Amino acid sequence: MRYALLIYDDMEVRDRTPTEERRRITAAVLEVLERPDVAGWLRLQDTESATTVRREQGGSLLIDGPFVDSKDFLGGFVEVEAENLDGALALAEELQELRPWGAIEVRPVREEPGLGA
Amino acid sequence: MLERAFRENWGRVLASLVGFLGDIERAEDAAQEAFAIAAERWPRDGVPDSPTGWLITTARNRAIDRIRRERTLAAKTERLQHEFRSEPEEEAMDETATFPDERLELIFTCCHPSLALDAQVGLTLRAIGGLSTDEIARAFLVPFETMSKRLTRAKHKIRDAGIPFAVPPDHLLPERLDAVLAVVYLIFNEGWGGGRVDLSAEAIRLGRSLIELMPDEAEAHALLALMLINHARTAARFQGSELVLLDDQDRSLWEAHQIEEGRGLIERALALHGRGSFVIQAAIADLHLHEPRDWEEIALLYERLERITGSPIVTMNRAIAVAELEGPEAGLALLDRLELAEYRYYHSTRADLLRRLGRADDARAAYARALELTQPGPEQRFLEARLSDLSSTADQ
Repeated sequence: MRYALLIYDDMEVRDRTPTEERRRITAAVLEVLERPDVAGWLRLQDTESATTVRREQGGSLLIDGPFVDSKDFLGGFVEVEAENLDGALALAEELQELRPWGAIEVRPVREEPGLGA
Repeated sequence: MLERAFRENWGRVLASLVGFLGDIERAEDAAQEAFAIAAERWPRDGVPDSPTGWLITTARNRAIDRIRRERTLAAKTERLQHEFRSEPEEEAMDETATFPDERLELIFTCCHPSLALDAQVGLTLRAIGGLSTDEIARAFLVPFETMSKRLTRAKHKIRDAGIPFAVPPDHLLPERLDAVLAVVYLIFNEGWGGGRVDLSAEAIRLGRSLIELMPDEAEAHALLALMLINHARTAARFQGSELVLLDDQDRSLWEAHQIEEGRGLIERALALHGRGSFVIQAAIADLHLHEPRDWEEIALLYERLERITGSPIVTMNRAIAVAELEGPEAGLALLDRLELAEYRYYHSTRADLLRRLGRADDARAAYARALELTQPGPEQRFLEARLSDLSSTADQ
């Protein structure tokens, strides 16, 4: 099965962490992401760089900022191929152990064309 | 008779079908169909030599029939093929075939930490215990629709999130086993505290399955021991509808064979080098049955349990033992450090110690707070009786 790991960051804690320490963490995370069961990943710029598009009264409205504004924000995605949930959770736990902040949400990928889109 | 055979077989039949079909809802439909056929045939043709094998084979055949019918409807073909672990047509459909017991896999699926605790409890009772959704809803005092939705959502999550149908690998086992044992103990306590004995008996049945399936797990033995020793006193806990405290209980009403069985299980757990929280709890439950009670040993075991669990409730129980050993003052000093303001037994325990110290006003206030947190029933009446005893006394 395919899973998406949604990597959430806590801006306050992250920004308090010394640069040297952050570099070390990033390097360790990138090493885990080299694994063959990692199908792909994306790192996102901070939410300050976000622009949100909404539909309002028939037209689109652009908002200067993220859809959800909080100190916890989505910092990236990892796509994982795993036999089952436990496999994806194991990778998430391994990544989270390297990071002193945030959390990782594990979500199965919707494979069949569904109605929920 | 038939109903009992069904209850006893449900878990094994369902587990085997989940393994075969890879989907819990589909497995449940097939199992239900097989049990319905059995209800019709067995009274007429006699019970087959291997009821379990018969039920599994019949359910498998029905599931295959159903899937074939659906396949001819074409639309879902691809997805269904995907759901099969193997092509079922090629398997031998011999009614005397033996099937491995896959209940343990199913238990770990039902108690997976990615499911909400109330869903874990409901699923375990449904899938392993064989209770109907209606029975589970009544046991937990929730409407049928609520329980039904809860179970359906959980089954969908198992399917959609890919929750494994497997015994966890060694490095995950201790943690996952703890979750399973916690669910069973929760079911037991639901029956115990609320006086709904059915759930306690159900939890004991589950506990028996666990030691059958995991004969080397000390904590599983200890959990069953703990449940049996507590359950043995069910008849003595009430006089009419009034609560009777341990010291006042009629010991002749205790189920001696359950206590004996519990003690044997503690021995077994210790022989397996068990020193986990259930081993300690079972040992404490056993110590409480001895007369006179060895409060020193009880306090010592609570201290060990405190170190494992870090739970303030355990500290509260140690305070009771300390009060017996060193006097109510010492027990009270321990209690005052705890933050258990919303726990009714905290206030009733404090009230009792205050009463013994002759601080009637403080005791009354504590009883009153305990009463606020207690549902109508025997416990409430017990506290009211204590409170009214005190009302005739003033502070000494």
